[in-house]
Amino acid sequence: MKSLRILSAVAALAMIAAPAHAQEPLKIGFVYVSPVGSAGWTYQHELGRQHLEKTLAGKVKTSFVESVPEGADAERVIRRLAQEGNRLIFTTSFGYMDPTNKVARSFPNVVFEHATGYKTAKNVGTYIIKFEEGRYLAGLVAGRMSKTGTAGYVAAFPIPEVIRGINAFTIGMREVNPKAKVRVVWVSSWYDPGKEREAAEALIAQGADVIMQHTDSTAPVQAAEAKNVFAIGYHSDMSKFGPKAHLVASTHDWTDYYVKVVEAVMKGQWKSQAFVGGLKEGMVKMAGWGPMVTGDVKKMVADKETAIKTGKFAPFQGPLKAQDGKLVVPAGKVMPDKEILDMSYYVEGVEGQLPKK
Amino acid sequence: MIEDAEVLVVILVATLRAGTPLVLAALGELIAEKAGVLNLGVEGMMLAGAVAAIIATLGTGSYALGALVGMLAGTAMALLFGVLTLSLRANQVAAGLALTIFGLGLSAFLGLGYRDRPLEGLKALSLSGLSDLPLIGPLLFGHDIFVYLSLVLFAAVTWFLAKTRGGLVLRAVGEAPEAAHALGHRVLAVRYAAVAFGGAMSGLAGAYLTLVYTPMWADQMTAGRGWIALALVVFATWKPWRVLLGAYLFGGVTIAQLHLQAQGVAVSSHILAMLPYVATILVLVVIARDATRIKLNAPAALGKPFDPGR
Repeated sequence: MKSLRILSAVAALAMIAAPAHAQEPLKIGFVYVSPVGSAGWTYQHELGRQHLEKTLAGKVKTSFVESVPEGADAERVIRRLAQEGNRLIFTTSFGYMDPTNKVARSFPNVVFEHATGYKTAKNVGTYIIKFEEGRYLAGLVAGRMSKTGTAGYVAAFPIPEVIRGINAFTIGMREVNPKAKVRVVWVSSWYDPGKEREAAEALIAQGADVIMQHTDSTAPVQAAEAKNVFAIGYHSDMSKFGPKAHLVASTHDWTDYYVKVVEAVMKGQWKSQAFVGGLKEGMVKMAGWGPMVTGDVKKMVADKETAIKTGKFAPFQGPLKAQDGKLVVPAGKVMPDKEILDMSYYVEGVEGQLPKK
Repeated sequence: MIEDAEVLVVILVATLRAGTPLVLAALGELIAEKAGVLNLGVEGMMLAGAVAAIIATLGTGSYALGALVGMLAGTAMALLFGVLTLSLRANQVAAGLALTIFGLGLSAFLGLGYRDRPLEGLKALSLSGLSDLPLIGPLLFGHDIFVYLSLVLFAAVTWFLAKTRGGLVLRAVGEAPEAAHALGHRVLAVRYAAVAFGGAMSGLAGAYLTLVYTPMWADQMTAGRGWIALALVVFATWKPWRVLLGAYLFGGVTIAQLHLQAQGVAVSSHILAMLPYVATILVLVVIARDATRIKLNAPAALGKPFDPGR
């Protein structure tokens, strides 16, 4: 909230200082679910916003509101951004889906871009990263580095986005080590460093020697470091928080996509779509390799990366079995995007039962 | 069998660790409330303490100094609250909420340059011989120093409230400030001291988070623990031992549900996440189900400003 106020104050000053612009800069608003911080989901979006300010300096005026809870509060914040004259609004969390669509109906001339959701409208587009590609590559690394053959997964909420990641990671890990197992702990929060740490320790106590996370803080990496096991960073390079533990991180890069959308809006060429980007589009990147990861592991990952980029391989390709042994993708087939987006079951190799929502 | 016992020890050790920040913050708030001051700013004071502690420790390398600076930061926040509510007699609820919001913003601002500077973190004790004993070693001698400190402080608070003249005065100020004033006690001074103690304890709880629990600074990293501490004081009906019980119960159920999940037990994660709240509230309500006794325990002048000049 405070950041928004400061930013808009700065923006107001800038307007007084330079009133004679040929074209008004495009006002763009961002809604973040957690504090910006120095790593994590929101931080990666913030890098995208900063990139816009740098590459399109003078042409855009961006602001953000951080720590906006999903639900009713989000609607209020999104509505206010629209009322304040933002012509493009990025809402960067799954739970903003309904509020975004609701506000979009009252502001038909404002473009809304909602990350990770599945509801589009005339002025609402969605965009999502195929993070499962990064998860899969991370799984390959985990499969090679784990001695116990058990990985622990600190997860936020049992929604398709998270389940998809768990499955892709498991597929990768079992490709290298067919006996590997993945245990999952749900912490029911995107961001609670204390709870994330305890979840990681619970998994380590159950024999996990690689910790994977789908939450926002760096606490799981720190927990792994303290217990002398490995960890894989998510969203951002987290190697600073676990120099001995951090094998690699699967990171998101939104910068190119944001520039593309903003330029389309500026030219009046923007059209609502459900955009999906991955390794090929440069939106998923592996970063922060730890010194313990050997060259041949890196080469294996690089080869698979090329195979995915060129369309020769997909993490969710057949034969693929669900946890109960049922064949979900027959050999020679690739799972359709729609099914990947709606995934709500574990694949073979994940331990425990998926909690009902 | 041995493995099960070992997991149990891991759970118990983690329970004490998870409960410690709650014990510290809740005991501090209990003293403030016993003196008749309701300070809803615990979360804000914890954050101030957390960020101040890690800044001091990163700067000097000393964990003791970090903890001290954390306590001072919490105290400073509490004194600000004291000036508003005690001297200026502002509404305590509103001022407390404002203190939390202020603490959120201030800590985020102060912590800007420290967000990607992790700390090694204060390690658990390892007494050669004792800490290595099977099962009992980690359970009795395997905690970090804050866990022991919180137990010492618990004993001190209990003793102070029940057995000392100072405790009696404090309770009198919280029950009947006019009467205490008439007897010559300095109501405002006592309340200032109680509020400052509450701030120091919240600051220490915050320092525990950044120095030991998750040794780093991240915005809003208390994640609601200040509010849980506040709720514990009420559900514990202002009795220190119940605060301790509630804090460990809350921590214990939180930890146990994470371990259950890690073992693959299939229960809805939402129910498991809710469990600590439900269990803690239920137990504390059951042991304190006598309504008149709750009323007796609640400081009669809680939240009411006192004007010595009237």
